[in-house]
This record gives sequence, C-alpha cells and structure tokens, in this order.
Amino acid sequence: MTSHRSVRFRRDWIHGWLLLLPAMVFLFAFTHIPAITTIINSFYSTPRGRREAKFLGLTNYERLLDDAVFWKVLGNNLWFALGTIPMSVALAIVMALWVNDKMAGRGFLRMAFFTPTVLPLIAVANIWLFFYTPGFGLIDQLTSSLFGWSSVNWLGDPATALNAVIVVTVWKEAGFFMIFYLAALQAIPVTLTEAARIEGASRWTIFWRITFPLMMPTTLFVSINAVINSFRLVDHIFILTDGGPDNASSLLLFYIYETAFRFWETGYGATLTVVLLLLLSLMAIGQFFLFDRRVHYK
Amino acid sequence: MKHTLLKAVATTALTFGTWASAHAVDLQFYFPVAVGGAAAETIQSLTDEYVAANPDVTIDAVYTGSYQDTVAKVITAARGGNPPQLSVILSVDMFTLIDEDLIMPFDDYLPGEEGKAWLDGFYPAFMENSQTGGKTYGIPFQRSTPVLYWNKEAFKDAGLDPETPPATWDEMVEYGQKLVKKDASGNVTRWGVRIPSSGFPYWLFQGLTTENDVILANADGNKTNFDDPKVVEALQYMVDLSGKYGVMAPGIIEWGATPKAFFEGQTAMMWTSTGNLTNVRTNAPFEFGVAMLPANKRRGAPTGGGNFYLLKGATDEQAQAAVDFVKWITAPQQSAKWTMATGYVAPRAETWETDTMKAYAADFPPVLVARDQLEHAVAELSTYQNQRVTSIFNDALAAAITGQKDPEAALKDAQSKADAILAEYR
Repeated sequence: MTSHRSVRFRRDWIHGWLLLLPAMVFLFAFTHIPAITTIINSFYSTPRGRREAKFLGLTNYERLLDDAVFWKVLGNNLWFALGTIPMSVALAIVMALWVNDKMAGRGFLRMAFFTPTVLPLIAVANIWLFFYTPGFGLIDQLTSSLFGWSSVNWLGDPATALNAVIVVTVWKEAGFFMIFYLAALQAIPVTLTEAARIEGASRWTIFWRITFPLMMPTTLFVSINAVINSFRLVDHIFILTDGGPDNASSLLLFYIYETAFRFWETGYGATLTVVLLLLLSLMAIGQFFLFDRRVHYK
Repeated sequence: MKHTLLKAVATTALTFGTWASAHAVDLQFYFPVAVGGAAAETIQSLTDEYVAANPDVTIDAVYTGSYQDTVAKVITAARGGNPPQLSVILSVDMFTLIDEDLIMPFDDYLPGEEGKAWLDGFYPAFMENSQTGGKTYGIPFQRSTPVLYWNKEAFKDAGLDPETPPATWDEMVEYGQKLVKKDASGNVTRWGVRIPSSGFPYWLFQGLTTENDVILANADGNKTNFDDPKVVEALQYMVDLSGKYGVMAPGIIEWGATPKAFFEGQTAMMWTSTGNLTNVRTNAPFEFGVAMLPANKRRGAPTGGGNFYLLKGATDEQAQAAVDFVKWITAPQQSAKWTMATGYVAPRAETWETDTMKAYAADFPPVLVARDQLEHAVAELSTYQNQRVTSIFNDALAAAITGQKDPEAALKDAQSKADAILAEYR
C-alpha cells in the first residue's frame, strides 16, 4: 500500500517535472544562465585575441564608481524615467476615458491613438528626426511661422536633446498603455457609476472614487511595463542622437551596448549589465510588494 | 526503367558532388553598405560575375548592415568559431582587429615582386590606414574622402564669383559671412557653411587638424595628440564658425540632414563625403561645385571608408582564392563600375586611366576632385581600441561645439583618457 502510493507519488512528481521541463529549458537557456554568466564575467577582464580573461575581483566595479559617463547616463536614465512614466500613464488614462465615451468617430480616434504603437520605433525615430531638424523641420517651421521663433537645434543641444527623446517615447508609449486602460474601463460594471450618479456624484468624484481604484490592477501592470521600458527602449536613440552630444542623451542600456559591442569591452559591459539587473530586480520587487497592497483585485 | 533512371541520376549527382567538393573553394564574404542605393546590388552582381567566370570558386556574399553591424558580426562569428574568410570593414578598425587576433596579413599570399608591385598600385594615402609593422592588413576598396560642395546660385546671389570656392580658412569665413542671409525678424534663412558634427564629428574635424598641419595619432596606433596646440586651434576655429563668425548653425549638426539642407538652400556650402556625390548630382535643384577642403597651414583631409580584410581561420587554399578575388574586384574594369555606381574613390591610379572612367570624368569633372585631394590626404584617426578612443575624442568635440567646455580643457581631458587606455599598447 505504502509502496504503491510512493510509486504513484513519484510518477506524479516525474510527470510534473516533465510538464515544466520545456518552459524551464528555455527560461534557463535564455534568462538564468546568461544572467549568471554575466555576473561571473563582471569579475573578469575582457579577453582579447590571445590574452585570456583574467580574474580581477572588484576592479571593474571600482572603475564603475569612478566612471563619470556611467553616473551621467544613470542620471539621464532617472530623468528619462521621471519624464516618460507619469506622463505616458496619465496620457493613456485621459485618452482611454475619451475614446471610451460614446461618440462619432470613436473607432477612428482609437486607431489614431494606437498607431504610434504599431509603427516600428526605428521608423518613428526617422520621422521625428526630420520633425526636429533645425531650419526646415516641422517643429521649426511651425514655431517660426506661428511665433516667429528662431530655429532651435532640439537634438544638437545638450539642454534639450534628452527631453526631445522623452517626447518621442511618450508619444510612442501612451497609445499602447491606452489599450489596457480601455479594456479595464470596459470591465467596470456600469451599475456602479449609475448608482453613484443617482447619488449625485460629479464626474470628478466618480473617476477618483470608482474608476481609478478599479483600474488599479491595470495601473500596476502598466507602470511595471513603463518602468521596464524606461530602461529597455533605446532603439530611437541610435537614430535620433546616438547618445550625444557628449552623452547628454545616452541611457544606461545604450551605454552598455556601446561598451560591449562598439568598444568590445565585454568585461566592463558585463559589470554595467549587473547594475541594470540589480536596478530592475529591485524595482520589480518594490512594485510587487509595496504597490500590490494598495491594489484592489476583484 | 524508373529504377535505372534514378540510379543514373544518383550516380551523376554523386560524381558531380565529389568533383565539386574536390575542386571548388567555398568562400564567405561579409560586406557593409554605408551609402544607400545601388551599392549592395553592385557588389552582388560583381561577385556573381566572378563566380560565373571562375567555376572552381563559390562566394557567398553576405550583406551585413552598417560598418558597425559588420564588425560586430565578424567579431561575434569569429568568437563562435565560424568567421567569414573575407570581409569589408572600416580601415580604422585595423588595430582593433589585430588586437582581437582576427586578421592575417595579405603579404603571404602576394609573393615576390609582382605582389609588391600590385600593392604599390594603390594610392599611398589609402595605404596609410592599411599597413602597420611592415605588413599589409587591408586592401582599399570602398574608400572616400570629404570634400566641399558649394551652391553656385547662392554664390551669385551673395555677389561672389560662382566659380571660385574658398581656398583658405579665412576665405571660408569671409565668403560665409557674405552668404549668410537673414529674414526681417533677424532669423537666419541661409547659413554660410555646414560641417556636420553628429555621431562621428572627428572625421570632418580631422580635415581641419590636417589643414592645421597636425596628425591626431601616430602610425603605431598607440599615441594620440589630442591636446596639441594646433588641434586646440583647429577646434577653436570650428567653434568660432558658429560663435564669433556666425557663419554656421550653432550646436550639433546632423549628418543625415546635411545634403537635404544643402538642396533646400539652408546652407550655401557643406562639407561631406564624396560618397554623396551621386546623391547631390541627382537631387540638387541648382548648379553646384565640388572643391578640395580649404587650406590653412596646408591642404589636407582624412581618408575614410572600408578595406578588405583577410580573416584568420581560412585555409591556405581559401585565403589564396580570397586574395585572387580581391585582386579581380579592385582591377580597373570592376573598380570603375563600383566608383560610378557609388561615388567612392577608385583606389588605384590605373582605374582612372580606363576609357570608361575617362569618359565619366569628362562628363562629370567633380569626381576628379576627390582623387586629386588624395595627394594631400592623411590616414583617418585610428588607434588600438579605436572605437573607444574615438568616442572619447567625439565626446570632447561635442562638449566644445555645444559650449559646455572650452576647446583646450575638453581636449586635455580627452588626451588624458586616451593615454590611460593606450598605455598598455606602448
């Protein structure tokens, strides 16, 4: 009897692991093993030609602390996150509320808001590059004909380059987040808002007391995505500014790419990647454990 | 019946197969395209032509994106143990590739006097970036040099002689000031000159330093002269073009938008690569001229573009076949086709002696400017850990151009950073 049960137990156990195996193999091959290799590599020098990688201990990390460019891109990334996350989430909510109402041309509006998401980021960046071009670019043409401003070199001035990149990112992301909010809005029972309206609540109160709290799970999901994206989206930087002028618009991931695949300093590149990994895991943990408590799931 | 037919087919296939594997040499060849249009198709059709004429060689020509992508793919492929035998990579990446132990010199496959004579057929300015330590690691192929383009109508409009481009730095400022046009509210509608500075400002800036009679890096690629007073002077001139003289738009100037700005009449002169020649010829809605870059202490310009490299891992047979192919594709007829399709400077003097090239040059004389400038040209900035060192230099230039640092401080800073990197190669 006992042996029978243990055989059965073992078979279940094997069965379970077999079911998990395909997913695990991929997860390990493409996520965990590379992450661990990166951490190991971050303690070694970059192998070049016949020179093998040497164990350096913490030297790469000491270099990181002294690296002015690293601190600059980290600061840029913080500013980039602050500039893109609240703005694109707020815009997404506003757009979703708007196109959720019954009105003429709703389908067209939804499509218009979602279009930037469908376009490839590289193509988008090329379009914006010409918007931003001083002299004959769209923005300069508008500001000079409407307000008589002189031409502004948006991407070529360290004071404006990063903000110009932020605008493109917000424009690109807001439509994507809007789709999630739209789905969330449609899942909210109409009876709740109707009841509130009978009680005489204003639209403002309805939004803050009913709609917004009920959309919290979406907000959690969207904000995690927005945070990840603020560290992940760098494609447009290649086209718009190439990180310049003097690293004014460079972000952490862009700097990692430059270090590892332009300068071929894979050792130091690994060290920078560890920092990115740490930052992202800290933020993911923070969001799930702290933010999660204030989210109402149905 | 069916059975015998199958057998016959199988036998033929087998014989053909063994014959092919016994005789054919398989080559893989990576090439980048930095200018748009016909470049990729031209390389592909030239390769097909060669393979058709040489049945014992098969060449798999792989388009690998930009120069940056190509060197990344070559290094990755080599680390994975599967490098191509031949690749076109930036000439300035030579030291990096040596450092990575990825390339081998061509000399072993170019024996005797004949080989030496063939190497001597290339313009010396192009060979500067291709040889080190007495060995030849690169064969010039898609090479260019920057030139000055000017809008003849704008010159006429400003009361200048439309046939005379500026020959010196002072003239460029003087002409530039006459060419600058402002609207009623004082906004500039036409700038005098445009020297693009986005991405890799060092290349055109090297035009200025060469004209100021200073070399940015030594031939061994392990020492830079970024803080030489003459380099500082050249950077000051570039900064003054926007500041003191007001003939160039302030801030970083985009490369990609530069030809467009020229076509739109937003600038009367531009510095850019000869690789744009065909583009400007097709799209400029006005008469334009092409001139050598203006001189200061001397004439001067950097060279640029890509070389053929022979990669380690190739068998002797493959390497010999690759070298034969390189000899063929740089020979006058093929080289002429390539130059006419792209605007790249044909790297051998004999190409310019062919009837096709002579006819082309007679019809479109600007192509000769780049060739004639070669006698004043120097090697493009190239060092060990090249990308990193030039990136430091680019950052310094950008900081000075955007007014964050003064030229001297920016260059001193860049020099000390470059020294720290290059010390281990001395």
